[in-house]
Amino acid sequence: MKFEGTDTYVTTRDLTLAVNAAVTLERPLLIKGEPGTGKTLLAEEVARALGMPLFQWHIKSTTKAQQGLYEYDAVSRLRDSQLGDPRVEDIAHYIVHGVLWQAFECETPAVVLIDEIDKADIEFPNDLLRELDRMEFHCYELHRTVKARHRPLIIITSNNEKELPDAFLRRCFFHYIRFPDKETMTRIVNVHFPGLKRELLKEALAVFFDLREVPGLKKKPSTSELIDWLKLLLAEDIPPEALRAKEAKDAIPPLHGALLKNEQDVHLFERLAFMARRKS
Amino acid sequence: MLVDFFLHLKARQLPVSTKELLALLAALEARLVGHSVDDFHLLARTILVKDEALYDRYDRAFGEFFKGIEALPGLDALIPEDWLRLAAQRHLSEEDRAKLEKLGYEKLFEEFKKRLAEQKERHAGGSKWIGTGGTSPYGHGGYHPEGIRIGGDSAGNRTAVKVWEKREYRNLDDGVELGVRNIKVALRRLRRFARQGAETELDLDGTIAGTARNAGWLDLKLRPERHNAIKILLLLDIGGSMDDHIRACEELFSAARAEFKHLEHFYFHNCVYESVWRDNRRRHDERRSTWDLIHTYGPDYKLVFVGDAYMSPYEIARPGGSVEHWNEEPGSLWLERMTATWPRAVWLNPMPEAHWQYSPSIHMLKQLLSDRMFPLTLDGLERAMTSLSR
Ligand SMILES: Nc1ncnc2c1ncn2[C@@H]1O[C@H](COP(=O)(O)OP(=O)(O)O)[C@@H](O)[C@H]1O
Ligand SMILES: [Mg+2]
Repeated sequence: MKFEGTDTYVTTRDLTLAVNAAVTLERPLLIKGEPGTGKTLLAEEVARALGMPLFQWHIKSTTKAQQGLYEYDAVSRLRDSQLGDPRVEDIAHYIVHGVLWQAFECETPAVVLIDEIDKADIEFPNDLLRELDRMEFHCYELHRTVKARHRPLIIITSNNEKELPDAFLRRCFFHYIRFPDKETMTRIVNVHFPGLKRELLKEALAVFFDLREVPGLKKKPSTSELIDWLKLLLAEDIPPEALRAKEAKDAIPPLHGALLKNEQDVHLFERLAFMARRKS
Repeated sequence: MLVDFFLHLKARQLPVSTKELLALLAALEARLVGHSVDDFHLLARTILVKDEALYDRYDRAFGEFFKGIEALPGLDALIPEDWLRLAAQRHLSEEDRAKLEKLGYEKLFEEFKKRLAEQKERHAGGSKWIGTGGTSPYGHGGYHPEGIRIGGDSAGNRTAVKVWEKREYRNLDDGVELGVRNIKVALRRLRRFARQGAETELDLDGTIAGTARNAGWLDLKLRPERHNAIKILLLLDIGGSMDDHIRACEELFSAARAEFKHLEHFYFHNCVYESVWRDNRRRHDERRSTWDLIHTYGPDYKLVFVGDAYMSPYEIARPGGSVEHWNEEPGSLWLERMTATWPRAVWLNPMPEAHWQYSPSIHMLKQLLSDRMFPLTLDGLERAMTSLSR
C-alpha cells in the first residue's frame, strides 16, 4: 500500500516518501508549510488513495486534548435526572466520543487529521503524547480502556504559529511543504483545470509569481488564491494578452482582488503599480 | 555507518535523538528506499529533522558526510564522463572545450572534484558555486552547475548537483539577528516570563462535572490559570528608520499577542510625545493622549518600548523637535513621566548593540530609561524580561 499522489493531488518525491514512511512505520506525520500549500487536503487525499476512512479534528484555540478522546456531558445528565429520565442510570449515555475514540474503534485502519495543532494551547500536544504513543486511553467513567483496533495514520498540520514541544516532535515524522515552484504549480493547476490554454497558464503564473515577490505584502497569494483567480479569469474570458508581462508591469492584473485578500496589500500593490506607471 | 552519520549530525548541532535513529533503522529495514542516496537524504530528513529552520544545516551536514559519494560503487557510474561531456557542451565555449579535450576527461574529473571542494570551502558564507571565472577551464565568469542535469530519464533523472547542495532551505535557517525564525525561540523565553503571573481560576467544566457527579451538590473546582496574568503595554516606533526592522517587530508583536492575555499596543514615531495611536492607517484621526495611557494602564502593566531610538537629539530634548508636528513639551519630559509611572520600563532596540555608541539619541534615551535598553536579540530579550520582572 503506497501513496503516490492522486489525480487531484500533486505530490513531490519528498512528500510521498514522508507519507509512506509514516504509513509503514505507524508514526504520526507532522506537516508544516505556508497556508494553502495543501496540508489539509493531503490528509483527505491520502485517505482516499489508500481507501481508508478519514476522521477530522479541526483545532481551535479553545480545543482541549480530552475532547479528542471523549467528553462527559454532565449537564445533560443533570437535566435528565431532574426530569426523571431513566436513561440517567447509565453513565454511558453521556459519554460523547471524540475523534480519536471513533478512529480507535473503527473496523478498518483509518486516517486521523489533527488540523492546525498550533492553534491550541501550548500544552495541547503534550496532553496527547501518551495516547499517540500507545494508541489507547482510559475512560474513567466507564472503567474501561479504549484501545485502537488498528493503529490509525495520524496526520497533523501546523501553520507554525506556536512552537511544538520537543517530546512531541520526537515522536512524529516531519515534512515541510515548500511553496511549489513553477513546475509543480503548473502540475497543480493542470489538475484543477485540465483543458487550460498553455498561453493563459504561462502568463497567469508569471503574474502570480511576480506578485509573490512584491516586498511588504502581509499575505502572499497562495495556491488556493491562484486557483480562485484562474476560475475568475476563465469565467470572464480574459485573454492571455491582458496578462502579458510587459503591460502587466505597470498595470494592475485583471481581477487582482482574488489574489490579494488583504485590504492593505491591495493598497500597497496599487500604489506600487501607480508609481511604476509614473516612472515609465 | 548509520551510527557515524547520526553522530556527525549531532556534532553539527542537529538535535537528533536515539529514538529517531532507531526509527530510521526501522525505515531502512522496511526498505522504504532503495539504493538512491537522494531518497535516503529525504527519508532521513523526514525522520530526524523536525524543524524546517534546520533543513539547511542538515543539508550541509549531509553533504559533508557523503562527500565523495560519487566514488562509491554503484553511484559513480552515474556521474563522471557523461556529466562532464554534457556540462562541457552546454556551458563552455568552443575554445574552452578544445582545451578540455586536450586535458582528457579522466584528469578533468579529478580536477573538477578538487575545484568543487575548494569552492565548497570558500562559499561558506557567501553565494554558492561561483567559479573564479576567466582562468578556469571550467567556464568563464562562473557558471551554475545546479542547472545541469544528466540527460534522459534512464538514470532516474538524477540531478548532477545533489539536492542538498542546492541549499534550498538556506533562507529558513536561524539568522543571527532576531528574524522571523528565531522569534519562536524568543517566544519561549517570553512564555517563561509570562507564566510567572499564573494564578488559579474557576474551572467551570470541572465544577459542573463535579457537581453533577455529586448529584447536584455544588463542587467547586479550581485550576491554575492557563494564560498568564502579566499585563503588557507595548509601544512601537513606526515609520522612518524603523522600516528596516518592521518585519522583525511585527513578528514579535503578533507572536506576543498570542502569548499574553493582556497586551495593549500603541504606535509612536521616533519618540513619544503627547499622543500615540493604535491603528497606523488612522494615525492622524484616532489619537490617544499619552496622559490617558498613563491613567488607564496603571503600574500593574509592564511597559515595553520597541524602537531604534535613532533620530536627531532635538527630537528628544526640545519642544517642537518632532519631525511630524509641533510638540509643546520635549520628548524627554514625556519619557520621564512614563518612567515615573512604569519605573521598570524597558526599551528593545532592533539596531545591533555595537552601533549604539555612534548615536547620541540612543545614548540619551538609554539614560532616560536608566540603562534599561536591550538589543532585539534572544539574549537581549532575556535580559529585558529579567529586568522587567525584577
Ligand atoms: N498539491 C496540490 N495539488 C492539488 N491542489 C492543491 C495542492 N496544494 C494546494 N492545492 C489547492 O489549494 C487549496 C488549499 O489547500 P489546503 O489543503 O486547504 O491548504 P493548507 O491546509 O495548507 O492551508 C486546495 O483546496 C487545493 O485546491
Ligand atoms: Mg489547512
